[in-house]
Amino acid sequence: MVTYDVKDISPDASFLEMLDVLNEKLILDGDDPIAFDHDCREGICGMCSMVIDGVAHGPEKATTTCQLHMRHFSDGDVIDVEPWRAAAFPVIKDLVVDRTAFDKIIQAGGYITAPTGAAPEAHATPVPKKDADLAFEAATCIGCGACVAACPNGSSMLFTAAKVAHLGLMPQGQPERDTRVIDMLQAQDDAGFGGCTNMGECAQVCPKGIPLHLIGRLNSDYRKALRNKG
Amino acid sequence: MTEFWTEGDPIADTAAPDGPIETRWERRKFSAKLVNPANRRKLTVIVVGTGLAGGSAAATLAEAGYHVKSYCYQDSPRRAHSIAAQGGINAAKNYRNDGDSIYRLFYDTVKGGDFRARESNVYRLASVSVNIIDQCVAQGVPFAREYGGLLDNRSFGGTQVSRTFYARGQTGQQLLLGAYQAMERQIGLGNIEMNARHEMLELIIVDGKARGIVVRDMITGEITTEMADAVVLASGGYGNVFFLSTNAKGCNVTASWRAHRKGALFANPCYTQIHPTCIPESGTHQSKLTLMSESLRNDGRVWVPKRAEDCKKPAGEIAEEDRDYYLERIYPSFGNLVPRDIASRAAKNVCDEGRGVGPGGLGVYLDFADAIKRLGRKAVEAKYGNLFEMYQRITGEDPYETPMRIYPAVHYTMGGLWVDYDLQSTIPGLFVVGEANFSDHGANRLGASALMQGLGDGYFVLPTTLGNYLAAGPFEKVAPDHEAVVEARKAVEDRIAKFLSINGDRTVDSFHRELGHIMWEYCGMERTEEGLTKAIGLIRSLREEFWTRVKVPGHGEQLNQNLEKAGRVADFFELAELMCIDALHRRESCGGHFRAESQTPDGEALRHDDQFSYVAAWEYATGEAAKPILHKEQLEFEYVHPSTRSYK
Repeated sequence: MVTYDVKDISPDASFLEMLDVLNEKLILDGDDPIAFDHDCREGICGMCSMVIDGVAHGPEKATTTCQLHMRHFSDGDVIDVEPWRAAAFPVIKDLVVDRTAFDKIIQAGGYITAPTGAAPEAHATPVPKKDADLAFEAATCIGCGACVAACPNGSSMLFTAAKVAHLGLMPQGQPERDTRVIDMLQAQDDAGFGGCTNMGECAQVCPKGIPLHLIGRLNSDYRKALRNKG
Repeated sequence: MTEFWTEGDPIADTAAPDGPIETRWERRKFSAKLVNPANRRKLTVIVVGTGLAGGSAAATLAEAGYHVKSYCYQDSPRRAHSIAAQGGINAAKNYRNDGDSIYRLFYDTVKGGDFRARESNVYRLASVSVNIIDQCVAQGVPFAREYGGLLDNRSFGGTQVSRTFYARGQTGQQLLLGAYQAMERQIGLGNIEMNARHEMLELIIVDGKARGIVVRDMITGEITTEMADAVVLASGGYGNVFFLSTNAKGCNVTASWRAHRKGALFANPCYTQIHPTCIPESGTHQSKLTLMSESLRNDGRVWVPKRAEDCKKPAGEIAEEDRDYYLERIYPSFGNLVPRDIASRAAKNVCDEGRGVGPGGLGVYLDFADAIKRLGRKAVEAKYGNLFEMYQRITGEDPYETPMRIYPAVHYTMGGLWVDYDLQSTIPGLFVVGEANFSDHGANRLGASALMQGLGDGYFVLPTTLGNYLAAGPFEKVAPDHEAVVEARKAVEDRIAKFLSINGDRTVDSFHRELGHIMWEYCGMERTEEGLTKAIGLIRSLREEFWTRVKVPGHGEQLNQNLEKAGRVADFFELAELMCIDALHRRESCGGHFRAESQTPDGEALRHDDQFSYVAAWEYATGEAAKPILHKEQLEFEYVHPSTRSYK
């Protein structure tokens, strides 16, 4: 743990801009700047990843670290900043972790097989608006990994559940529905994520508000898939 | 020959077929050589970048059986900046039966580009647009739908038909995840070798052909050379030359610029798009700007106070008759839906008159009070809820209660590496797709056309044209100790060593910020000969200072984010100068660019088709005092005849 003194921070600055200011000073003082992941800085790429005062992405609800602003802190506060901590996300340097385990879960089945050129006319299959809307809600996951960082078991169930729900709600996703859920859950175990014990911390910190009930849906899909498999 | 550039031979051949425009692509596809499926796995293709263009290209090429090596600087291909596109994607489906067609989308795009795009390419883009929607729906992209279960459409930024498909305000994210998932499937099957957190730092050319790249592993700092039969750049645009833009922080021009230095022509570098609806800057800490989808202009009304002295008052205290809804006033037939360039310049004009609102007077109101009254808060929330939330999170203000403040910001770059009809650059075997090329948007891109172009290039165009090139392969293996490979690698290592050895007293960011100020001031929305000439001088002296005073901490064999930035900013300096030279040479107002010396008596943009109806493709000239060489590709308009764009 290192403590840095940061001065002259505007309440309108984002959390990452506060770190930019600190890093500029560290570089000029001949110290090592703090490495952290970030890219779009508008809450959609999922790259930023910090536990702030013990909470993944900090104190504001439904907010990524990059969209957290300093107006939510008081002058003089001491703020604890840590990287994501989970067995499946090894720390690379400072606040930077390796999240390739998420890509591995998608590789195992987080897709609909539709090679380019093979698509039928888009209106050939209407999708009930209710299903389309729920699928969209699940599909808004940005893959940041806050759910894993917040989970006492380091489980990726909410991440996997979101993708399984998104694709499983679409008519296009039905042919691979069973193999998808079985393979993705296997990949999740293989990657070293922990098991889910329904703590619900994941949904609390999710910046996109992915609902907890999708995990129930995942479990139900999984049981059905195992039954169908026989 | 001028003080800043020289002129070379015109570009004679764009490889576009002639004959009726409707069948050009069909005929090109038929004439393209095919690669036997058994031979495809012996052919390796490098794809740099994993956004809509690179991701869709990598997935499609791998599905076809090629061996693909993919690179991105982010930690996962899913994070490429296409993900941030909000509004939508155009396609000429005519599901609304409102008179849309491939021809109309083609027509609108050529006109919207202010007659500075190549007709053949634009027609092809319009015709593949319908396939893109089919493809994305098949992948499970959750587009917005109507109660009957069919796809919903909206009208978007300057069009009078509803042809924009969308997924709430996250269209780019959903399309990118579709391409990413297709890619991950191929990674799982072993057909794509994915290299995340790797940055391309040099292009390797052997016997005149692009055969590989030099990359740096951003975790270990290891420099490696990667070889292939062809190289595809899908590395995005260069808006970050302005420091503040809506681009992600990591977006950079390095891959394109390195290729340019090795001989690829760079076309229309001065064509940048300034997006009218971004959240204004809040202070000197500002690190990037956030765009609010311009779909907001469908229901929001843009205004500023009529009198400068009212600007400091809260919006609610300014009476209706004291408000100037300037877009509705100046452009009565399009009103708040005028194209991006016009909306941006109009905002700048009212702020220049001292009627801007918010900190520094750099902002105009985007007001939803009427929409809420007309449609109800619920309906407005359903349409724009996530955008309103985003605005509130950033500014701390509630747009349901007080009007949003918006201001233009750099958003997209229409310029890029020159490519022919096959999307091949002037270096054989180097193909360029998506925002990284210059090809389809002319001097101004219409809303919801970037996603269309990225996916059109990657899913449908490149896989055909690249096959035609690869049919002559596999090419002879290049030995790792080949002179060209060793040289390229050494150049990268020397440059890194140079950055680390300067050990000056200024940070990389401080230089980048200063460069951005120069570009915004002199090479932004309004340009003058005097300003551009001054900018070139300022850029040159700042660049010199950079190479003597920059301080890059740490060493090369580690995760070193300042070293990464230093390389990108060094290339931005060179690009910035070329942008100013390109802007200087184009003595006309067109697209997003207002050239003060070229305007109508009532202050509107004045194009000069007799002098500038060409693509300006620049050749890199080596040596310190060398001047870039201009090659002109004359544009021919056989179908859409140039006219003055009027939205009044």
